[in-house]
Amino acid sequence: MRQRIIISGRGGQGVLTLTRVVAEAAALAGHEVITTETHGMAQRGGAVLSTIKVGAFHGPLIAPGEAEVGLFLHADNLPVHGHYLRPGGAVVVNGCAAPGHDAVDADRLAGLAGQPRGANLALLGYAAGKGILFAGPDLFEETIRQTTPAKYLEGNLGAFRAGLGASR
Amino acid sequence: MSHRVLMGNEAIGRGIVECGCAVATSYPGTPASEILEAVAAFSREAAHRMHVEWSVNEKVAYEVALAASYTGKRAAVSMKQVGLNVASDPFMRSAYLGVKGGLLLVSADDPGPHSSQTEQDSRFFAMFAKIPVLDPSSPREAKEMVRLAFELSEAYEIPVMLRPTTRVCHARQAVPLLALEWEARAARFEKDPKRWCATPRFVTDLHRGLTEKLARLAADPRVAPAFFAGDGTRPRACIIGSGVAFAHTWDVLDELGVAGSVDRYQVKVPYPLPPEFIAHVHGSYERILVIEETYPVIEMQLADRRIVGRVSRLVPNEGELTPEVIRQVLATFLGLAPPPPVEGRRPPGARPTLCAGCGHRAAYYAISQTFPRGIFPGDIGCYTLGMNLGAVDTVHCMGAGISQAAGFYHAYAQDGTAFPTIVATIGDSTFFHSGIPALVNAASQQARIIVVILDNGTTAMTGHQPTPQLGVTATGAPARPVFIRDLVRASGVAFVREAEAYDVETFTGLLREADRYCRGDDGGVAVIIASSPCVLSGESGAAGTAQAVRVTEDCTGCRECLDMFECPALVWDDAGGTVGIGRAACHECGVCLHVCPTGAIVADAGGAR
Repeated sequence: MRQRIIISGRGGQGVLTLTRVVAEAAALAGHEVITTETHGMAQRGGAVLSTIKVGAFHGPLIAPGEAEVGLFLHADNLPVHGHYLRPGGAVVVNGCAAPGHDAVDADRLAGLAGQPRGANLALLGYAAGKGILFAGPDLFEETIRQTTPAKYLEGNLGAFRAGLGASR
Repeated sequence: MSHRVLMGNEAIGRGIVECGCAVATSYPGTPASEILEAVAAFSREAAHRMHVEWSVNEKVAYEVALAASYTGKRAAVSMKQVGLNVASDPFMRSAYLGVKGGLLLVSADDPGPHSSQTEQDSRFFAMFAKIPVLDPSSPREAKEMVRLAFELSEAYEIPVMLRPTTRVCHARQAVPLLALEWEARAARFEKDPKRWCATPRFVTDLHRGLTEKLARLAADPRVAPAFFAGDGTRPRACIIGSGVAFAHTWDVLDELGVAGSVDRYQVKVPYPLPPEFIAHVHGSYERILVIEETYPVIEMQLADRRIVGRVSRLVPNEGELTPEVIRQVLATFLGLAPPPPVEGRRPPGARPTLCAGCGHRAAYYAISQTFPRGIFPGDIGCYTLGMNLGAVDTVHCMGAGISQAAGFYHAYAQDGTAFPTIVATIGDSTFFHSGIPALVNAASQQARIIVVILDNGTTAMTGHQPTPQLGVTATGAPARPVFIRDLVRASGVAFVREAEAYDVETFTGLLREADRYCRGDDGGVAVIIASSPCVLSGESGAAGTAQAVRVTEDCTGCRECLDMFECPALVWDDAGGTVGIGRAACHECGVCLHVCPTGAIVADAGGAR
């Protein structure tokens, strides 16, 4: 298994949490995984990017044109980080519409599921349901169970399942 | 052995606790901040008696850890690379005097830079100080190197630096966990004035001892580079790399399908480079590529005209060595088809900005409106973003704003004409870090400046570490609070006022009063402490004064509120050509009521809630 994933969003959208869940899921499935994320000044509302490399890689960064999968938490980031995708790479976008891309209103889904800050996990559920990730929904659901503090578990699972439901 | 997915900084923190470290100190700074937080978390988990502290600055942090090592215990001090500039005084001398218990210095570099004022290479600083430096390529290796660093430090009685970079600090990877050890060493300081107090006449001997230590250490098999043999298709060529740049080189070679064709060396200890290795490279290869971040530390020690790297300019001398940069370098070195050019200018992403409801925005708005021709030296922190609001004119290094304000004043005042109003802004944590000496200096030199201390009750940019005023330690235990207003008064400042930043009218009145004081017969430094808790710290930003707002049909779409105030809760409506309020983002601080030139931003029905 080798898969390179980028997660793109704005500071405060939960890019770091999503990165962590995907990395934990890969490790849980017994894959090698290495990620990198944005901290510090850039988090203050700027465009942030995480990279995740599943498989026998050494460094965490992904070169432009290499990523097989892109998860975009903000449609405005498509022109900023879209060039990291390889031709034919799979992309899902949080938004009402993103011409040429598979879009889902993850903010609305998460809100309806009672977790307004859960758009990141709704988008993950959607991507997992579409079969574009290195594993199916069960692994990610199990990872959310294992890594989420009890008081957020129900809401986070709800957001994830809402995205998953929308993919079908 | 169990594994856990850890961030590089967490892996380093875990390693420090696993090694039985007794005292750990730090000052927060990206990309190093999470190291001490992890130390605190793991030492709590193990119920160790460890002393874990957020020191007021890196110099203090280094000295506390250094003395702990004099007692025979293990100590660790972590900081970002420019923090080592602050700690350079104790750091340089500690190489000469050496240590007893292992002393680990973690100096985290930031090639790029992503969140720093330089992209300096701490390995160069290690070479300058004459201490060994370890250069990890991944979180896993970083944790292994913590142990090696303590062992080398104790074997040679020398401080040892671990130099991770942002891409190691903020990478995540499954890392093997060992038991959290607690070594029952009792503190025992053996007096030795010729060493611990070394006056100049002892220093040359100590320096000679240091040189000898380094020579012995360079021959230690534990510091030898790792060798990965090629298949012989590219004889007499090799690639030498270190740190995460070596990891990315490996991935790019894989991607190009030529990984096995060339000899590779991973240098794990870039200084001191073993003389045996240098001789081996010189004798075995005709074409040698060196890939390292950020300065040519290995390259300069190899010093040979056959080497290509930064000195020959095949490797760019500035910026991060990302895979796309390494791809270009490798294609040239290996004679492969040049990769397609990296896409040119990309549209800019949203620029970083202060949070909706941030009290800093309120203070900056008042400052720039009150003194349209003022000079505004700023400082390091979230509030650096005041430059977006036209209220920060200089940003240099921690604590520089107050000293620069004084410098501006003395330069203008001697011309005999009216001097401009000069307003320095500095955050609470930065004030403790290095603002205090600058304030004492400005007060005693009678600089007629206004200093606004932006007190949000935390070290916000780096993840909300406590300041000394909060009265809480790194492990969450109660501590004795030290108050900013007491320090300001003790610094010789006669004009001290406190205000809530959200109260724009009162705050503006204080700014005018401060300006009159500065220009008065016996004027000097005027300090205003502007308090407003960080909106990210959990406390409501405008507690008690929540004021919902709305935009009326009087909005002309002039965009002044967007351009001059830049609150993320003010959103442009393309369809209507007007501004609206993003309800989810709005903190109801009510400050924007003062901003609209046509008065179109008004209190929402019901007024204050």
